[in-house]
Amino acid sequence: MENSAKTNTDTIADAIADTIIEIKGLGKTYSGGQVALNDINLDIREGEILALLGPNGAGKTTLISAICGLVSPTSGTVTVAGFDIKKDYRQTRELIGLVPQELTLGAFELVVNTVNLSRGLFGKKPDEQYIDSILEKLTLSDKKNAMVQQLSGGMKRRVLIAKALAHQPRILFLDEPTAGVDVELRKDMWALVEELRRDGVTIILTTHYIEEAEEIADRVGVINNGQLMLLEDKATLMQKMGNKQLVVELKDAIDEIPESLAHYKLGLSADGTKLTYHYDIKSERTGITGLLGDLGKAGLSFKDLATSQSSLEDIFVELVGAQS
Amino acid sequence: MNIEAVKAIYFAEMRRTRNTLLQSIASPVISTALYFVVFGSAIGSRIQSVDGVPYGLFIVPGLMMLSLLTQSISNASFGIFFPKFTGTIYEIMSAPISHFEIILGYVGAAATKSFIIGSIILVTAAFFVELRIAHPVWMMAFFLLTCVTFSLFGFIIGLWADNFEKLQLIPLLVITPLVFLGGSFYSVSMLPEFWQKVSLMNPVLYLISGFRWSFFEVSDVSVTTSLAMIVMFLVVCLTIVWWMFKTGYKIKP
Repeated sequence: MENSAKTNTDTIADAIADTIIEIKGLGKTYSGGQVALNDINLDIREGEILALLGPNGAGKTTLISAICGLVSPTSGTVTVAGFDIKKDYRQTRELIGLVPQELTLGAFELVVNTVNLSRGLFGKKPDEQYIDSILEKLTLSDKKNAMVQQLSGGMKRRVLIAKALAHQPRILFLDEPTAGVDVELRKDMWALVEELRRDGVTIILTTHYIEEAEEIADRVGVINNGQLMLLEDKATLMQKMGNKQLVVELKDAIDEIPESLAHYKLGLSADGTKLTYHYDIKSERTGITGLLGDLGKAGLSFKDLATSQSSLEDIFVELVGAQS
Repeated sequence: MNIEAVKAIYFAEMRRTRNTLLQSIASPVISTALYFVVFGSAIGSRIQSVDGVPYGLFIVPGLMMLSLLTQSISNASFGIFFPKFTGTIYEIMSAPISHFEIILGYVGAAATKSFIIGSIILVTAAFFVELRIAHPVWMMAFFLLTCVTFSLFGFIIGLWADNFEKLQLIPLLVITPLVFLGGSFYSVSMLPEFWQKVSLMNPVLYLISGFRWSFFEVSDVSVTTSLAMIVMFLVVCLTIVWWMFKTGYKIKP
């Protein structure tokens, strides 16, 4: 008993020590009166991959910009590794690398120069070996001395990532990293993210591709209208909100659902051959046995059965839809 | 102090200059040579001397100032406007750099470039006239102060401008007339009395006058007034730029 109590305290202490970014009551109202962020409270843990989901204009980029020092918050505080982003901006910014959403690169620069510039800006002495290794990981080695303007969009995206990693940050922000990116780069990018995570880098990415969050994130936050509507471990979230559905394919089409099955709240497809039943996997009685029995009693015979679990996308649409 | 960052900005800016070497170095040299041909030889041959100085020689400080002012402003304003325009400024703004360090990098590079151009003009002038500099230390002081002050002024314009038109507006509509009317090619004493008084409201007059004094010991106003004016302008620019960064004006939403 005593032991478990101790372990418990340790876990809590660890969890607190593990917080690398602490956001308290963060708000941003632009001069035109537009509220971009509204009382955001969020603790980001060291070493995790946090995906921020939200529709366009939800406030994801503003949130990142505020942490990185690109936007002045109108209220609240942010600390990074215990340092205040305003007062101790040198300490906080040194720890952060940012890959912006837009392909913002000077056109007339060489790839290697612009990456070296980034390293210098963040106060690090030149390190050719490290820069070379970054370029290699991003398959940019042969473009090292190419002019930035000659690169394709995907290559430019790689250069932006190289720039963000040039000063060996402990925290990496990826703002819509896969917008307009081909499959190969996406694969490379996730491999790199995985590697960075192994090195202990904390990664925060924004996206509106839900599959992305589902694939790589440890935790998922949903932002809409400047508010953090939800923050949950991905697995918990999927389990908590995920309900399943059962689709019954009938042998013969029906015009309407028989009265005896009304309490199952079934859905009927337009062609009358498919019945859909929603159920909660966590509840003691899913009602499946009853339904199948009642189907037989109602004289309906079926061809096939299929079940599916709702994805993050369904959860997301549900959340955002409910708010608007 | 983030020395690495200042160095990174400074050398990136100097690299930009090297990439456009022809237009940044050749064009001021060519235009200076043209001025010497037109004003120094063609017209100058009909004007014997101004304040006891041969006309071709008299215009050297004015010509240098003309180039220093326009080059400092255009280099520094473009240097900071371009990252704003392309969006790459995000990196500067999210880096662990103080405002002072950003200014040091950008303005330092622009001022260096102006200094190089000014020196080239001086050397070019030596081919056309027999150059003499009465007070080399004062000449250097005016030279450097002008490079730094007007690079800072250009930096402010670059921060303020949100399109290319605005970027050209002040140099074209304000600086060029002020330089021409500030006695770069004549002594203010050659003007009618009324216009002499008007000219005294032109800050560039003090610059040119002081600079010319360091060459030939002739001036329209006293050298201390000249020095005071340029230092005052420097302080004004520093105050404006400090305020812009402090409030995030046109920099940070």
